Amino acid sequence: MSALQQKVASVLEEPGCATNQAKGEKERKAGCKKQLTPGAAAGGCAFDGAKIALQPIVDVAHLVHGPIACEGNSWDSRHTLSSGSHIYRTGFTTDMNEMDVVYGGEKKLYRAIKEIIDKYDPPAVFVYQTCLPAMIGDDIEAVCKAAAAKFGKPVIPVNAPGFVGSKNLGNKLGGEALLDYVIGTREPEYTTPCDINLIGEYNVVGELWQVKPLFDELGIRILATISGDGRYNDIATAHKARAAIMLCSQALINVARKMEERYGIPFFEGSFYGVSDMSDALRKISALLVRQGGPADLPERAEALIAREEAKAWARLEPYKARLKGKRVLLFTGGVKSWSVVSALQEVGMEIVGTSMRKTTANDREKVKEIMGTDAHMFDELPPREMYRMLRDSQADVMLSGGRSQFVALKAKTPWVEINQERHHALAGYDGIVNLVDEIDKALYNPVWQQVRQPAPWERPDWEQDLEEWQSCSQEECAGEVCHG
Amino acid sequence: MAEVKHSRKACAVNPLKMSQPIGAALAFLGMDQALPLLHGSQGCTAFGLVLFVKHFRETIPLQTTAMNEVTTILGGLENVEQALVNIHKRAAPALVGLISTGITEAKGDDVDGFLQLIRQKHPELADMEVVFVSTPDFAGAFQDGWGKAVLRMVETIAKPSNVRRPWQVNILPGCHLTPGDIEEVKEMVEAFGLTPVVLPDLSGSMDGHIPETFLPTTLGGTRLDELRSMGESAYTLVIGEQGRAAAAKLKDIAGVPYTVFDRLTGLRPCDDFLALLSRIANTEVPPRFKRQRSQLLDAMLDGHFHFGKKKVAVAAEPDLLYALTTFLTEMGAEIQVAVASTESPLLNRVPADEVLIGDLEDFEQGAVGADLLITHAHGRQAAARLGIPFWRSGLPTFDRLGAAHKVSVGYRGTRNLIFEVGNVFIENLHEAVPDDFRPTAEPAASCGTGCAHGAAAVACH
Repeated sequence: MSALQQKVASVLEEPGCATNQAKGEKERKAGCKKQLTPGAAAGGCAFDGAKIALQPIVDVAHLVHGPIACEGNSWDSRHTLSSGSHIYRTGFTTDMNEMDVVYGGEKKLYRAIKEIIDKYDPPAVFVYQTCLPAMIGDDIEAVCKAAAAKFGKPVIPVNAPGFVGSKNLGNKLGGEALLDYVIGTREPEYTTPCDINLIGEYNVVGELWQVKPLFDELGIRILATISGDGRYNDIATAHKARAAIMLCSQALINVARKMEERYGIPFFEGSFYGVSDMSDALRKISALLVRQGGPADLPERAEALIAREEAKAWARLEPYKARLKGKRVLLFTGGVKSWSVVSALQEVGMEIVGTSMRKTTANDREKVKEIMGTDAHMFDELPPREMYRMLRDSQADVMLSGGRSQFVALKAKTPWVEINQERHHALAGYDGIVNLVDEIDKALYNPVWQQVRQPAPWERPDWEQDLEEWQSCSQEECAGEVCHG
Repeated sequence: MAEVKHSRKACAVNPLKMSQPIGAALAFLGMDQALPLLHGSQGCTAFGLVLFVKHFRETIPLQTTAMNEVTTILGGLENVEQALVNIHKRAAPALVGLISTGITEAKGDDVDGFLQLIRQKHPELADMEVVFVSTPDFAGAFQDGWGKAVLRMVETIAKPSNVRRPWQVNILPGCHLTPGDIEEVKEMVEAFGLTPVVLPDLSGSMDGHIPETFLPTTLGGTRLDELRSMGESAYTLVIGEQGRAAAAKLKDIAGVPYTVFDRLTGLRPCDDFLALLSRIANTEVPPRFKRQRSQLLDAMLDGHFHFGKKKVAVAAEPDLLYALTTFLTEMGAEIQVAVASTESPLLNRVPADEVLIGDLEDFEQGAVGADLLITHAHGRQAAARLGIPFWRSGLPTFDRLGAAHKVSVGYRGTRNLIFEVGNVFIENLHEAVPDDFRPTAEPAASCGTGCAHGAAAVACH
């Protein structure tokens, strides 16, 4: 078995993964071998997943070793933000051609690394393997090792070629690269008893910055974020944190668990989406830090902050209640953020008519069931055609989903709000939930819905009669508009 | 006559180029009830899908044979078979565009052979046309994939015929034409009483309309019966060099004569186009075009003040690069740097000293001191760093509305282009300050690179 195959197998057996926990020993050993169906598959590949997990590290050069498709078709398309360097948004690729396929791409890769270091001098270069060079046997680990030795700079191989599996697997393989080559390679300049890591937070549209002031106020230092607005050297010191919060569901569970195992950093799974979840995360991290030797008054200060921020958030949500009461939401998202958002939306009086349970665990199902009182409206799968039918038949007033289904909603003339990774509005923390509710309000009450749902005059049953009435109406009365009444 | 140079870097930085397979996929998206199917790992499809969704702001039907590490090595027969069976069951398209990728090409999958076996084994698939196109990711670029897909469609589906439909004209637009451009071309052809058959017709499928239903295939675009009838047409008009091979093939198959228009932007090519239509239809050029021509002349006169001696940096796929650079120089601008994604016989006719086959890093370096940058949306970072006005052209344009409806062909499209680009120049006019006139002042810094290209570029036809 190759090193890559072993790595994939170990990640698929990840004992921290909630899906795996629900399985028996034997099933777990078999791994998550969910086969994709040719002709009926959707979603990104492992390379995509690795890139999603690591590209938010803003000061390193992300070099894709492969043909043009892998980087040329996809670069600079995510909204993870940086407070400093922008080199992460530069697209680097070896753009393999026929000759490279025939003779192997290792030399070109080596030269590419050299060019990047000469021209851009980043603190590190991350090299992503893709299907084609993996297939012809390019050994990126060896090239990275040689380049690192020659140029005196970390060159990190990220071995997650697309065809080894799903995006989620790629997330984890990206995490493995950090565990194997980055975390623990440097010491922080100083430490505090309140140093934490955020694992699985990507700073999409600045959401990390949206919650960071809360931690700052409590004196909790975010030592490293893996990987949003991340810096190579900070992540290299992440092993010195006292505790960690694992976000974004199970994407980087292997990183959280192995850091606990290797460096004794305890973690819990939390979420920054929704009022109660945000408070919960602050409570838990405070308690955890106290257990790890942090200041004893931390929980008390956290409670004060929570009380203040919750009151503020609810007060800000209050005006929406009258406008959103009884509005029916179809919530279609991949992550477990579902249930925390569900409770927040219910809080302002909205009714959840359906939610997807894709990528969620049995545990999450229970939570959603508990909150919604029934599991009648949980969908494991909702094909676009069915989704379109539901929306066209007005079974929901608004849909919340990822970009993929945006146009299903719009073509069904239904308001839509983006909540996945390509969103443009920061939805985390106490401000974030207010933003989300405001986005829903903005979508629902936009005047276009009324207009686009009106048939053209000649498509109405009695249109000729209408027209005559209109012609006989005085201009003053109708202000030039056809009256339908 | 431009000298064509190749970037010698090992590392492409900020790619201009996109891959062949998704270029082929876009061609199939211009067919009615079609579903492009990439034979590769699922990521190949996912990236293309996201790119098109962002550009067109539409749902995009695009599937994958979902190859994994093992099936790649063993060969993809089973995956292709399963994919076609599943697609037939779930989506029942009239046409599947089966598109190879880097890994399946490197492995050497004999897809034509696969298809024969699958056809034998699954007679139930008989009502589903499948066109296979070979497009390795490690060769060529987006427009090459488009060109190959169109060629393959003609090769496999168009028929020889003894019948001639003197009123029917084939149009083969390149992928640089937007749905809006294609609409414009169709209107021009129809104005002569001719019936255009456009292959492929993105204006039917990707023009952002609200369909009455939701299908897992394209809705609108060229129908297969139209494609089958192309051999009966009186003439084939090709817009862009990328369609030449398909037109030549159709001539081989069915004897339909053709003309390649290397562009349809600018006065002269539009004149030629209408003159040819007039000859094919054997009618006068309709008065509306005389009016439009006159409007274009007026726009050229109003606009030339703002284009004269402006230095413009352009990066695009060859056909679009050629159309834009000739247009700009015909308005009096100079091409400071021209970067292309891939080879084309058009490149040495680009009105610039040299054309570099390279990336947006080369473009950014060459564009220092230019008055305007033109490339696809990925030029935004370069524009921000250089502080130079930026006008988006080409695919992807993911950060502006209406990419599908930009029109830059025909008299009206050329007129549009003069206004749009001219307005960018006007918006960035330099208002004089006293220092501009100080006799001791150093020469303006902006002269540094631009003056090297001092000789006025001449448009070559």
